[in-house]
Amino acid sequence: MTANGRQPTGAEVLCRCLEREGVTYIFGLSGGAAIPIFDALVDSPIELILVRHEQGATHMADGYARASGRPGVVLVTSGPGATNTVTGLLTAQMDSSPLIVITGQTNRVNLGKDAFQEADVTGITYPVVKHSYLVRDASEIPRIVREAFHIATSGRPGPVLIDVPKDVSQGPCDASFVDQIDLPGYRVPGAATQAAVEHAAALIARARQPVLYVGQGAVISGAGKAVMALAEKLRAPIVNTLLGKGAADETHPLHLGMLGMHGTAYANKAVTFCDLIVAIGARWDDRITGKVDEFCAKATKIHIDVDPAEFNKVLRPDLCLLGDARLVVEQLLPLVEPLDTSEWLAQIKEWRRRYPLKYAKKGGLRAQHVLDRLDALTEGRTIITADVGQHQMWAAQFCRTREGRRWITTGGAGTMGFGFPAAIGAWFARPEEEVWAVVGDGGFQMTLCELATAAVKRVPVKILVINNNYLGMVRQWQELFFENRLSGVDLEGNPDFVKLAEAYGVKGLRINRPGDIDRKLREARAHKSGPVLVVAEVVKEDNVFPMIPAGAAIANMIIEPPKHRLEKPSGST
Amino acid sequence: MAAPEPSTRAVAPREPQRPDAHTLSLYVNNKPGVLVRVALVFARRGYNIESLVVSPTVRGDFSRMTITCSGDPETLEQIIKQLAKLIDVVHAIDHTGDDSYETEIALVKLESQLDRRTEILQVAEHYGAKVVDYGSDSLMLRVYGDSDKLDAFVALLRPYGLSELVRSGKILMARGLAET
Repeated sequence: MTANGRQPTGAEVLCRCLEREGVTYIFGLSGGAAIPIFDALVDSPIELILVRHEQGATHMADGYARASGRPGVVLVTSGPGATNTVTGLLTAQMDSSPLIVITGQTNRVNLGKDAFQEADVTGITYPVVKHSYLVRDASEIPRIVREAFHIATSGRPGPVLIDVPKDVSQGPCDASFVDQIDLPGYRVPGAATQAAVEHAAALIARARQPVLYVGQGAVISGAGKAVMALAEKLRAPIVNTLLGKGAADETHPLHLGMLGMHGTAYANKAVTFCDLIVAIGARWDDRITGKVDEFCAKATKIHIDVDPAEFNKVLRPDLCLLGDARLVVEQLLPLVEPLDTSEWLAQIKEWRRRYPLKYAKKGGLRAQHVLDRLDALTEGRTIITADVGQHQMWAAQFCRTREGRRWITTGGAGTMGFGFPAAIGAWFARPEEEVWAVVGDGGFQMTLCELATAAVKRVPVKILVINNNYLGMVRQWQELFFENRLSGVDLEGNPDFVKLAEAYGVKGLRINRPGDIDRKLREARAHKSGPVLVVAEVVKEDNVFPMIPAGAAIANMIIEPPKHRLEKPSGST
Repeated sequence: MAAPEPSTRAVAPREPQRPDAHTLSLYVNNKPGVLVRVALVFARRGYNIESLVVSPTVRGDFSRMTITCSGDPETLEQIIKQLAKLIDVVHAIDHTGDDSYETEIALVKLESQLDRRTEILQVAEHYGAKVVDYGSDSLMLRVYGDSDKLDAFVALLRPYGLSELVRSGKILMARGLAET
């Protein structure tokens, strides 16, 4: 019963359930079929962050989830409101991010009748959710919400969609809250079996050239300290994936940074010549392995993952350990002894000396220079989000991440438009942090309408637009592999980003020359009353190196700009 | 013309099961959408489902899906794992090569002249098939047994004016106390 003695509506029960799950923010955009839920929010302590496009809401919730480990919640209306969340669902699903997306739906009696703003949202989203519900009776709401949060946040996290017909949310709801969960088809692995861990320790003991390969699973499970302790005990180097950045401190002497297509040369060399690789919450993605048959071909491979479907998916490891990354690494720690890796570490040191990440500081402004200075000025005391493309790879290379949940980007999906809204969400999760969104001019324009959201809520995110007036990564591929036949990459007509920011009441700054970098970055850092946009007008035609052409073996890594024409890559992207 | 001998398969070759065929049994929540989720796991990987039977179980809140499919074993391993990963799938077991009892029902319609009925009925009798509809210009037969037997039966009847075929798809149960 509500305070005035009437039976609560489905929407009111839904809000109470969200409150019980600890939800403090909902990122959303209203619409007809969701009006009862927005109405119930008026009386709820949950704060609604009104976005300008539903895609932005999903990325904000995703950024919130990745910065905090708590699920991000989205509320949108039916039909196009719901379909606009599909990109965000894919992004979250690919990167194992816990989202709860609540969509309005037409009245139950109208389902399947092409009613106004009706879309078969559960049908459309099956492939991009961890699970989904169409609420058929208001009495199911407490059970569904409880299950949805449990599923979204446990095991391998992911997005869960709840489709709520308008008559369900508007009508009376006779239901009591639920704490127990009964999901016979859902099991969450904990620690690995002792036999498997002992087997792993025995394989590790034989290694002389080990590498720890650390991914998003290590970030999610909070395995950072355990991974670092394992690396130090074994004297083994660490490499991380794009999403694994920060699981272990990238500035640690044993850390070689990111591996893969645009990873550091020394990380990729280490992986090529290692005799043992331990994957900790990483999934042998095609941008990591390149040509699978030649990927650490001689190494013993151990795979630690919470999702058994990742085992034997891309390659067949010698040993798979099912369990939470942190728990399994902690199980391993007392069973392993220090290895004699002095020669191996000396070799890696030599690679590091010979093939450092580098860029030209003269001949125009370069993104790498700006990001290198951002790293130096902030010293890791920041949360950095990134979109997808050249700026993302440069940020991953030059902004070293010191701990988990300080680096947020779209890995599996590679979603343009992710970075900026994700930064807004990250700030709501951790408002004490300095949050930078590093974005390209292309991706930023896909979700820039959220400047209004950031301005209204005075979210002090710092937006660094790396502007080369190109879809730069595709242009790079066309230059290197398609005889520089540029097609569909020239973003002529870009706005003046400073004026654009000012149009939203947002402070705008411009970096034109290397000499501007520190001054403008400091000015942006000092601006705390709301968002600030810094546009770096960088050289138009710059390329990300090192680069391993898609589908090629790591041995084919291009470390410096090539002087001859290259074959078209066999890998897809 | 004498009735073809069922054993002379050179004359009427049976339609052999593909060597890479597998039979999976899924124990799933009895909820809307489960069938779509299961089908998508196959479709996304370009894997063909050859038959699929959804049926009630001892408990009303769960259903059984018996699926036969074929394709390369690596993809199938991934498919089984992805099926097991679905929240609504309680378990997914590949019974291929297991000690399990399997059966299937087929209904066959023949547009048959009266003068050939004796031969057809001889074949039917040999396979334990029952005539379930006896018309002036058509016959309907019901036969059950393992899928290979049904394949052979259908192949034998083809020359006699086979006009319609409906098969239930394979169902299967693990023998003894083993779980299906």
